[in-house]
Amino acid sequence: MSDNDNNEDDDLDLRSLTDEELAEQIGDDLYDGLKDEVVEGVEILLERGWQPYDVLTKALVAGMKIVGDDFRDGILFVPEVLLAANAMKAGMEILRPLLVETDAPKAGKMVIGTVKGDIHDIGKNIVAMMMEGAGFEVINLGINVDAEQFLAAIEEHKPHILGMSALLTTTMPYMKTVIEELEKKGIRDDIIVLVGGAPLNEDFAEAIRADAYCKDAAVAVDTARELMKRKHNIST
Amino acid sequence: MSRTALDALMQERGLLLADGATGTNLFMQGLESGYPPELWNDEKPDVIRWLHQGFIDAGSDIILTNSFGGSRYRLMLHGAQDRVAELNEKAARLAGTLAEQAPRPVVVAGSVGPTGEILQDAGGTLTFEEAVEAFAEQIAALAEGGIDVVWIETMSSTEETRAAVEAARKVAPGLPVVATMSFDTAGRTMMGVQPAALAAFAQEHGLFAFGANCGTGAPDLLLGVLEMTEAAPDAIVVAKANAGVPEFKDGDIVYSGTVELAGEYAKMAFDAGARIIGGCCGNSFDHVAEMRRALDDHTPGPRPTREDVEARLGPIQQQAAGHKCAHGHHGNDGEGRRRRRRRRG
Repeated sequence: MSDNDNNEDDDLDLRSLTDEELAEQIGDDLYDGLKDEVVEGVEILLERGWQPYDVLTKALVAGMKIVGDDFRDGILFVPEVLLAANAMKAGMEILRPLLVETDAPKAGKMVIGTVKGDIHDIGKNIVAMMMEGAGFEVINLGINVDAEQFLAAIEEHKPHILGMSALLTTTMPYMKTVIEELEKKGIRDDIIVLVGGAPLNEDFAEAIRADAYCKDAAVAVDTARELMKRKHNIST
Repeated sequence: MSRTALDALMQERGLLLADGATGTNLFMQGLESGYPPELWNDEKPDVIRWLHQGFIDAGSDIILTNSFGGSRYRLMLHGAQDRVAELNEKAARLAGTLAEQAPRPVVVAGSVGPTGEILQDAGGTLTFEEAVEAFAEQIAALAEGGIDVVWIETMSSTEETRAAVEAARKVAPGLPVVATMSFDTAGRTMMGVQPAALAAFAQEHGLFAFGANCGTGAPDLLLGVLEMTEAAPDAIVVAKANAGVPEFKDGDIVYSGTVELAGEYAKMAFDAGARIIGGCCGNSFDHVAEMRRALDDHTPGPRPTREDVEARLGPIQQQAAGHKCAHGHHGNDGEGRRRRRRRRG
């Protein structure tokens, strides 16, 4: 990665920053995939009495939003996003138990998987990580997931959102099969269905009666938030 | 006809036609989605022979073996990781036999696709050494089966490509190496590699040829070709575009690229400086035959501009950051937003 700045901040002491500066610095460190710095920043904010939920939303989620936007705009690419997501994950590990204890509000719950016959993992995992980064609870079913597995997971976890991924023109029609199963069970309208993957487009999503096609992970997060507001009246 | 070396044939012709889609055509023969095509080298060799013969008859000078997903990491997903040597060697022999029977020289390219794993340098788990080892295993088997060139394709990561090239040098030192990447994300690969960076990589590693394959349709691919031929005007650049983009029609997926467009694409690829031209997903025998006709009759024209490409082949799908986006939903300053102070650990 190119780095235009000079290195005078190499020895920046996170503790010397104000709360606001530190929250912003955590965002910068996330952007640069600096895991240890993110963890340290999160710990300092907690020491200073910040609510875990505020650390999550004002530092981590806000930071990941910039990562997501720059990914969408073709400024960041997969390696930078993965490093940022790894740093995010390290911060989340500290926050997760505290968030449960404090009964913090949740952005929503999502079940996600790559559909049957398709073994592509990378894009779907990025969506899962960005959704976690946005404060959603994500149940990742992995690859080659059939309708039965999707339905079982929906029954078990009661998610607000179902995300399906397909990278092959030969597997994308299977999304329709899953949606038809949801319709048969009469639960289609209880859940937001988002679909994504390189060969898809909006027309396809409409044709199979998904709620939305998401071009990339950042769009998935924005769309999820928007539809959560509209459909479940949950705002984050 | 006895086999001809790629460099000799290239020198003689100045332009070579590669083949078209493997997956798309095998699906029409009943390959189930998600089933690894490489297993058909063993189970349905007649279909693989049909595939190669179809492209030879269409006029291809280079045919790619059915071994794209033949590395242990891809085969592992189907519990076939112990069959790397067998399946790749069979792939090479199937293509090789038909090349030898062809009435004119046909070069057999050993297709090597990505592992599907992300290397450590990009935030993944696969080490460089593990990648080299997996590619070496696959390429050694392809070489044993008699390929004429190692054909590394649809790559997105420079490190992974480097691993494949290193493996080829190690286990098949006598064979030329070609590497093509898929520039499908804002004018770069999904890992952020720009076409000009591949040109530099290719020169640094002494690749026989390099270029673009797959991705998001012919117009986008040709922009990448233009960038590469600009960065390396004397190099042999490969163009292997998809036949348009997949569309969902009446429950089926069809590629939007017509046979006529394939001819237009081939001529524009030539004028853009590509010297090995072929197709990727969605390209049938007819598409490749049309490319042959178009190229044989082609009167070389001026180097096309972006506007020429869009006018003749259709709109660009993926806009590079900083390029004015016609869809208008997200303008950006093209500079990136790394604007604040940062520190290192």
